[in-house]
Amino acid sequence: MSSTTTDLGTPSFRSGTELIPRHDSADGAQTAKEFSSDQEVRWCPGCGDYAVLKAVQSFLPGLGLRRENIVFVSGIGCSSRFPYYLDTYGMHSIHGRAPSIATGIATAREDLSVWVVTGDGDALSIGGNHLIHALRRNVNMTILLFNNRIYGLTKGQYSPTSEVGKITKSTPVGSLDHPFNPVSLALGAEGSFVARTIDSDRKHLTAVLEAAAAHRGTSFVEIYQNCPIFNDGAFDAIKDNDTKEHAIIPLVHGEPITFGTRGEDGRGDKGLARGAGGGVEVVETAAVPAEQLLVHDAHNPDPSTAFAISRLTDAGYLNRSPIGIFRQVERPTYDDLARAQVADARTAAAAGGSDDDRLTKLLNAGDTWNVG
Amino acid sequence: MLSESGQQVSQTKQVKQLDRVIIRFAGDSGDGMQLTGDRFTQESAVFGNDLVTLPNFPAEIRAPQGTLPGVSSFQVHFADHDILTAGDRPDVLVAMNPAALKANVGDLPKGAAIIVDTHDFTKRNLDKAGYDVNPLDLLGDANDPLGEFQVHPVDLTGMTVEAVKEFGLSRKDAARAKNMFALGLLSWMYGRPTEPTTKFLEGKFKKSPDILGANLAAFKAGWNFGETTETFVVRYEIKPATLPAGTYRNITGNLALSYGLIAAGVRSGLPVFLGSYPITPASDILHELSKHKSFGVTTLQAEDEIAGIGAAIGAAFAGSLGVTTTSGPGIALKSEAIGLAVMTELPLLVIDVQRGGPSTGLPTKTEQADLLQAMYGRNGEAPVPIVAPQSPGDCFSAAVEAARIAITYRTPVMLLSDGYLANGSEPWRIPSLEDLPQIDPAFATGPNHADGEGNEEFWPYLRDEETLARPWAVPGTAGLEHRIGGLEKGDGHGNISYDPANHDFMVRTRQAKVEAIAKSLPPLEVDDPSGEARVLVIGWGSTYGPIGAACRRVRRAGYHVAQTHLRHLNPFPADLGDILSRYDKVLVPEMNLGQLSKLLRAEYLVDAIGYNHVRGLPLKAAELAEAIGQLVGQAEGIDVDLGEHGLNPPADHEEAPLS
Repeated sequence: MSSTTTDLGTPSFRSGTELIPRHDSADGAQTAKEFSSDQEVRWCPGCGDYAVLKAVQSFLPGLGLRRENIVFVSGIGCSSRFPYYLDTYGMHSIHGRAPSIATGIATAREDLSVWVVTGDGDALSIGGNHLIHALRRNVNMTILLFNNRIYGLTKGQYSPTSEVGKITKSTPVGSLDHPFNPVSLALGAEGSFVARTIDSDRKHLTAVLEAAAAHRGTSFVEIYQNCPIFNDGAFDAIKDNDTKEHAIIPLVHGEPITFGTRGEDGRGDKGLARGAGGGVEVVETAAVPAEQLLVHDAHNPDPSTAFAISRLTDAGYLNRSPIGIFRQVERPTYDDLARAQVADARTAAAAGGSDDDRLTKLLNAGDTWNVG
Repeated sequence: MLSESGQQVSQTKQVKQLDRVIIRFAGDSGDGMQLTGDRFTQESAVFGNDLVTLPNFPAEIRAPQGTLPGVSSFQVHFADHDILTAGDRPDVLVAMNPAALKANVGDLPKGAAIIVDTHDFTKRNLDKAGYDVNPLDLLGDANDPLGEFQVHPVDLTGMTVEAVKEFGLSRKDAARAKNMFALGLLSWMYGRPTEPTTKFLEGKFKKSPDILGANLAAFKAGWNFGETTETFVVRYEIKPATLPAGTYRNITGNLALSYGLIAAGVRSGLPVFLGSYPITPASDILHELSKHKSFGVTTLQAEDEIAGIGAAIGAAFAGSLGVTTTSGPGIALKSEAIGLAVMTELPLLVIDVQRGGPSTGLPTKTEQADLLQAMYGRNGEAPVPIVAPQSPGDCFSAAVEAARIAITYRTPVMLLSDGYLANGSEPWRIPSLEDLPQIDPAFATGPNHADGEGNEEFWPYLRDEETLARPWAVPGTAGLEHRIGGLEKGDGHGNISYDPANHDFMVRTRQAKVEAIAKSLPPLEVDDPSGEARVLVIGWGSTYGPIGAACRRVRRAGYHVAQTHLRHLNPFPADLGDILSRYDKVLVPEMNLGQLSKLLRAEYLVDAIGYNHVRGLPLKAAELAEAIGQLVGQAEGIDVDLGEHGLNPPADHEEAPLS
């Protein structure tokens, strides 16, 4: 059969939370405490997950949404206990499948704020397929990928983001697999919102979460998260006060991308400029004309530059990593379109009578005959 | 009817009454045999015969032309009385090429009629089919390999090309109408009404007047050929069957199942959400449901089988009637997620249209070998209710019943259809909506528990005393915020619990909940007309037809046998144990190596005897009747000879409907 396409129309772009009932301010301001469940948090002492949980519990009230209209879904792994610690609706599901479950929730209901909490093993290994397809469909949800670059819950095997040569319980003479760069992967899957932040930078983390929630579509947020038990220090270079300004390449939409030692004008001594072969390269800020510095454009419909920037991430010990919102573009969401198809069909059929009447008609359609 | 063609109407032809006929249309995959069979079926349905069909086609989309693996066939059994199977052996074979003849001739009884299109009996096609000599050249010879049959060699293709000449089609396109010529000829022979096919063609080729004209002309030419040729001197009449009063339509299992799901949504007031990945022979349910968005049905073609059920579970958590459809290989992939639905106690329909296995097996052939997978194919103690339809039309009510159980008991329910039910069809008495159960989702709306200090709270695992079902509280309901998941939960409050005694209690409670469903089931019907049977035949799913037909044969031969059929395989009906104990012998025919018989043995300590075939086709009634007869002989200490009702029919039974 020949395939045909149909014009789905131009949707009106809305905020990610636009259709979700809002908390009535007459009932008083919501607090982080209200968003905290009565369950004892059981991560290891010093785990980066605590910081992210605190940030999320504190940030959620500010969204102004009704608590009962928020759903957190997780898979399996240390981070996947997350939903139990929030007093919202939640599901702790099975390994790698959270994006598919969240897709069902988000498609079935326009009035829910849907969040996925996942890890590097959950999202990039066992659930890799669901992650890329969620991004491809652009379902309205926010995926928080806690990347500690190790398997924690199974006690210390290397993960799909571990550096090559990593010595772990399952790789006593060094791991062989080339690691994924989660941001590159998400951009390759045509994610409409792709960001990276750090567990220990509460301010940046919160700002990225706010932008992710406001984005309509699949918001992908990689959160660098330290595992003090099995991979301690994996992010030292970008967390240590002495090294971080040289390690973190901050991405701010509309601003020239610079890092390193800041001058009086606020610019770092290093910056990004267009490189050979379509990539970007690190330059000495002083050595190039100001107009050659790359100005970050997260809204560029072409993801090539965002991808090129994502490649500046070290694959081994993280001595350097771009942080911020790599890409944020408007693209129709699967769930909005799916609901519109159903709503349009229902509107068109309404003249045909009630569901009961139309069902009777459906059952009696075609060639029928009477007996007796 | 075509009398305006100017041909004389049937006065010169003798009309012979028959009570039933089995016709098999067979040709190359590209010859349009499924369509031909389907049209003949529709004509017979509208005429008022009872009927059962058996489509049989290769898994390859375009198998090599002219080869044995490329043969596609469609069998229709129609009668003036209620019938149960598509028939063991065709009375008439329509063979469009040498491969179709070769592949099907072995199924024919002595005396059967063969109408064969001579056009494709070329050296090349004979070679492809593995014929050293053209069997049509040997007709009437001493060594005629078709000597047992009434063979009618007709140049169907040649006459078709001639008949459609005026439409100026290429020779290839003109020849493609040969299936309509064959349909016209058979329609004439059995006095079928032609309006349904005329109307169908007009609808199908609305935009291509030439193709429409050619098909109509070929159809008419086939009819007129029957009328005028001396090859066929007899027409046959099969009177309408007396069926229970009502409005009927012909329906396939997959269509009935789709309608059942829509009806379950309407009767429960829940939006239906299907998460599915295409797989033969289940895909048609996805195709059909995707057309019915106007009933609030959402269909998501997922990236894989796991995502299909994952999305359905998510939608169920959000308050939809979650459904996932697949076949055996897909169930294997979904197993972990089904366990999640068991643990989270969410309503979910898991539909397995079984096919031959293991592994990829026989995608387009039927089998019932997923029963134990449905029953046990998960980690841990993960009981899942199982229902099975017994005929194509019955897929409708089986779907509604599965939804009733899923919603009432907050559990995934497995529905086991199969390839034969999916693609086979039968007349279906259209139910009125009032006859369908009203299903109450009974969403939780407020707190259901008070803590030690009298504060109201919501406990997601506080159960209904009668059904043991937990409350279904959907996101968006204020005050009922809660978390569920795959980890074991504490009784009542539902928070994570690793307490040994609690786990033991919860495992037993989930089992007890599924067992409690038996209380809602009607008594099992046993068909034992004489009340003297000492042998019980028990089956499930699509073997209902062959088992019923086999029991009829045994009874007509003068012996006693009882039959019962299971709609519910987990839990079994409460009275099943008593029923089994009333009979000396229990026979369990299945299209597997003995899965139900294993369950019956384990549950009831009964010496269930298996009757098992895995040929990718429905059981054959005559063979099964012989097996039942043997068992009756053993049980009653008598000699049993089924005579004409078994595998050795008398001459008159074998007589061809064509002379």
